[in-house]
Amino acid sequence: MVILSASDLRKYYGEFCALDGVSFKINEGEFVSIIGPNGAGKTTLINVLTGLLTPNTGKVFYKDKEITGIGPEKLSKLGVARSFQLVNIFPNFTVLEFLMVAVVSRLGKGTNFYSSLLRDQKVTSEALEVAMLFGLVGKRDVLTKNLPQGDKKMLDVASAFALHPEVILLDEPTSGVSTSDKNKIMETLVSASKKIGIKSIIQVEHDMDIVFSFSDRIIALHQGKILSDSAPGEIEKNEEVVCTVLGQKECFKIFSALMHEHTGKGGKA
Amino acid sequence: MKPWQEILSLKSTKVLILIVVGLLFLGLPLFASQYVSYLMLTFFAYAVMVLGLNLLFGYTGLLSFGHAFFMAIGAYTAAFLTGKFSILYMEVILVVAVIISSILAALIGAICVRYIKIYFAMLTLAFGMLFYTFLLKFYYLTGGDEGMRVLRPYLLGFNLSEIPKMQYLTRSYYIYTLVILAILTFVMWKIVSSPFGLCLKAIRDNPEKAEYLGVSVKRYRWYAFIISGAYAAIGGALLAPAIGQVDPGLTYWTHSGTLVFMTLLGGFENFFGPLIGGVVYIFLQDKVMSLTTYWRFIFGAILAFLVIVAPGGIAGVISSLVKKEKGGE
Repeated sequence: MVILSASDLRKYYGEFCALDGVSFKINEGEFVSIIGPNGAGKTTLINVLTGLLTPNTGKVFYKDKEITGIGPEKLSKLGVARSFQLVNIFPNFTVLEFLMVAVVSRLGKGTNFYSSLLRDQKVTSEALEVAMLFGLVGKRDVLTKNLPQGDKKMLDVASAFALHPEVILLDEPTSGVSTSDKNKIMETLVSASKKIGIKSIIQVEHDMDIVFSFSDRIIALHQGKILSDSAPGEIEKNEEVVCTVLGQKECFKIFSALMHEHTGKGGKA
Repeated sequence: MKPWQEILSLKSTKVLILIVVGLLFLGLPLFASQYVSYLMLTFFAYAVMVLGLNLLFGYTGLLSFGHAFFMAIGAYTAAFLTGKFSILYMEVILVVAVIISSILAALIGAICVRYIKIYFAMLTLAFGMLFYTFLLKFYYLTGGDEGMRVLRPYLLGFNLSEIPKMQYLTRSYYIYTLVILAILTFVMWKIVSSPFGLCLKAIRDNPEKAEYLGVSVKRYRWYAFIISGAYAAIGGALLAPAIGQVDPGLTYWTHSGTLVFMTLLGGFENFFGPLIGGVVYIFLQDKVMSLTTYWRFIFGAILAFLVIVAPGGIAGVISSLVKKEKGGE
């Protein structure tokens, strides 16, 4: 079943064409990675998919409902959440309060003017549950601005998970994190999404090891166009195309990753 | 166990301080001069206004430079009801002030909350000045620059017109206003510690992220604007009988500036900051004005000093001192 689809998305910034006729369908249960060089239109695509930006032409559908340009707030209520490439937090909040914002809005308690937040067991326990999934329970009372970079990033992702969405879009969830931690983060993400019941994950990612070992499908963007859209195993067929997109260095990485997989070491989640 | 005990003791210390301060305020007319009690009375009215202002400024991140508009709405409501309609019940005056200010805040807020930062500040300032001109030019209705007299209202249905004026103000009306301030402080405390309050702070810190977490940013800003306006109007309605005369100067932009000054002086990051700022401002102004006619110069210097040295205001300085003390133990 198709859960998220885009048809012929075009987005211009003045003369510059950031998205040039992008169409695809994401199925329930899929883990899709979007790759491409800087300026390929990846973040623009996420912004259009999440309704922050309205495309010049084209439509986005979530299940059967059109969500083009619907805006982040309504989108989150429908069941689509996202995280950000750059750290995006509430600096003066504690970790727990941060997650509470998402829980409060999911439970529709935002217009509760008069009840005590601290005494709300349901909100607290659900926020703690998410903190637990992401290993942030021990830091529940730490101000988010004092967290290390990696935790800030995790918290941003965790808050999106706390909305219990069906689809989640992650914009470079492991950027700025050391290579050794990347796999751990991805495993946390995948297991958390299973526990929460997230059906599909779409992520923008630069690290090809991560892309190849976790994705069901890889969409390669270049200059606003989809160059290839296939399973990691089939990417060899698009080898030339992908190498044009990613450059020599990434090309080498892909092949080393593939070699890795062929030797039977890499496992898909 | 230990951290819990700490929190409990911390909380009970705070509650104790509040009770002591409350009792001090309540007993003040017994040992202080009528003049000091009268100044304190005006502070109570201003305290309600800055509580409202800080819901917008400190908690939602919107700096209103036209909050005196709502204060004037409250004050003129008192003048109209007592003077033109002979409605003298203070409770009726307060309710009508809340209704009128909420309706106006809903209309003006719907426009203003679409903007933030300087644009929001300028828009609110513009509405304040529009009302100023209205009050000035429609003099057959409003008395123009001479303003209107405010008759002495009944409190809880009691006609207290036999009591000498200062005694009425510094005893009956004093306690009445203090009780309302206490109730409204409690209500505001509940609001900022509710889920709604959390959402407001999220909007202040990062509206984009808040929106992605399902917080409807503009709608909540609008709610905050209305609550804030209603508070300012209550403050204005309480102030009117104390000053006995309302005039367009109440809604002039410098008066909005005074409210902002009080908030900054006390510290907008702290719930009680604006209240501390209010009481210090009123007594300091009184003192400085009696010493020199250039009191604005001195207040300008204080403002500059605050922004540069202690942006957290008095409350900020106190809390950092408390932290230091604890760190030293």
